[in-house]
Amino acid sequence: MARMKFLCDADRCIECNACVTACKNEHEVPWGINRRRVVTINDGLPGERSVSMACMHCTDAPCAAVCPVSCFYTTDDGVVLHNKDTCIGCGYCAYACPFGAPQYPQTANFGTRGKMDKCTYCSGGPEPDMSQAEYVKYGSNRLAEGKLPLCAEMCSTKSLLAGDGDIIAEIYRERVITRGYGSGAWGWRTAYGETVTV
Amino acid sequence: MANKISHLLVALSLVLGLAFMAPSAQAQVNPTEQSVNEGALLEALGSGGNVAGRITIPDQNAGYLIKPDNKLWAALQGETLHQISIWAVIGMVALLTLFYVIRGKIRVDGGLSGRKILRFNTIERFAHWTLASTFIILALSGLNLIIGKTVILPLLGENAFGTLSAWGKIAHNYLAWPFMVALVMVLLLWVVHNIPNRLDVEWLKQGGGLVKKGVHPPAKKFNAGQKIIFWAVIAGGAALSYTGVMLLFPAVAGTPADWQFFQTIHALTAAVLSAIIIAHIYIGSVGMEGAFDAMGTGEVDENWAKEHHSLWVEEVKGAKASEGRTQPAE
Ligand code: HEM
Ligand code: SF4
Ligand code: SF4
Repeated sequence: MARMKFLCDADRCIECNACVTACKNEHEVPWGINRRRVVTINDGLPGERSVSMACMHCTDAPCAAVCPVSCFYTTDDGVVLHNKDTCIGCGYCAYACPFGAPQYPQTANFGTRGKMDKCTYCSGGPEPDMSQAEYVKYGSNRLAEGKLPLCAEMCSTKSLLAGDGDIIAEIYRERVITRGYGSGAWGWRTAYGETVTV
Repeated sequence: MANKISHLLVALSLVLGLAFMAPSAQAQVNPTEQSVNEGALLEALGSGGNVAGRITIPDQNAGYLIKPDNKLWAALQGETLHQISIWAVIGMVALLTLFYVIRGKIRVDGGLSGRKILRFNTIERFAHWTLASTFIILALSGLNLIIGKTVILPLLGENAFGTLSAWGKIAHNYLAWPFMVALVMVLLLWVVHNIPNRLDVEWLKQGGGLVKKGVHPPAKKFNAGQKIIFWAVIAGGAALSYTGVMLLFPAVAGTPADWQFFQTIHALTAAVLSAIIIAHIYIGSVGMEGAFDAMGTGEVDENWAKEHHSLWVEEVKGAKASEGRTQPAE
């Protein structure tokens, strides 16, 4: 089985935010939640770079380590998913995640946050694949349809890559060698304990 | 003046020189190549540093791109606190079992007299039992958040465990308030009896009479052991209350780093205080004959009181005696 990963080639990202919009639309993501976002580093300075970021589907996911109800599970594809029926909205996964992926539909006091929501790598949740129940809670399940995450598939500059970790790393490596530079595989060190070496 | 002009000339020539050099430099350097680099940035930030930038969505916290140190908290919560909480409870239960096996139940050496003395009035008992009942539910529902997934999840299955934990969380959030009220009541009612004094040193030296049969160091209303429990509950309860309220109102508490801090202190204090309270429950019930009555009916047997709180019995009896007497003429 493939080990699915995301890789944002920041040297190509033009901060168009289409990935953000596509994700929100594809999954009918609730108000106030952005499963994907684009952050611009050194904004306005020479050498600024924009990085599109969502859940990285970490190896040894920190969110899963702290969840008091153990509602996270890692699929055969290496995708980190969670069960909204079990989630108690304690917020711990959001404390633990290095990428700010877990978010909540409510931000009221008294620990009432609602069920945690995050990027599913377009692969739904524990419900039967492509069922209505799954769609309502987690959004569409493109992986079950044999498609890759929409954000990466529609990226106009092909900055955002999704797919088997080894393959997208190889694509990135080739790009860096061809053009002679690369700002790095953002988040890889933190999520997977290794980066793409060129 | 001449000096200044020469400086100006140097500066001018530098600027001009650069301007002349620029075209040739551009031919060799690709400006897009000079960019921020993840590896260099992370290294420059060091530990405690976060990669952050500008974001166009309203939630400005989303501007934090990578916070590597969150993994440290995850390890602390997921492993260290998990272990500490389990071992605090198991360790204390093991210790008490051992104590029970060796020492057995602490009996009233003189036997029961059948005469009763009022030890705790209704208000004192109300405060104690409010504190105790809320504490137990808070401790169980809180502990469930740390060790439930190891202990209860395998028994109940994911669905039932999720429902139970959701209820536990609601109970935890709301029972915190009566707990805090009772904590203040207990503090106000008993603080005067819990100021440490010289008697306590002696009491501790003799091991409180817990270890050896027939040894009963003198004590007033509360002995040194009880004073330790009292101050542990006050200090631990205050720490739990403060950090707990911060967790309830994250917006007041501050940033995610503050939440992590408050959560860590909350869980650590809870583990230590739970262990202390288990010992307290033991000695107040199966561990010592006659002790439960003090909080049950409020009245204790006179012989029990004489053995464990000799000076307090004298105080109470003295007060009774002088109440009954009319003031003698001088
Ligand atoms: C006095 C007021 C208290 C307040 C306001 C309070 C509040 C909280 C909050 C908000 C949480 C986070 C989880 C959640 O959202 O449910 C929590 C967790 C916890 N509380 Fe409390 N609590 C209080 C007292 C106590 C007491 C007396 C104990 C007893 C030992 C306790 C033990 C715990 C434990 C063990 C956790 C889990 C920590 C973890 O997951 O690492 N709390 N508390
Ligand atoms: S990015 Fe965050 S939410 Fe996603 S797997 Fe890693 S820790 Fe969990
Ligand atoms: S918010 Fe939900 S998913 Fe996240 S740690 Fe708490 S229970 Fe688990």
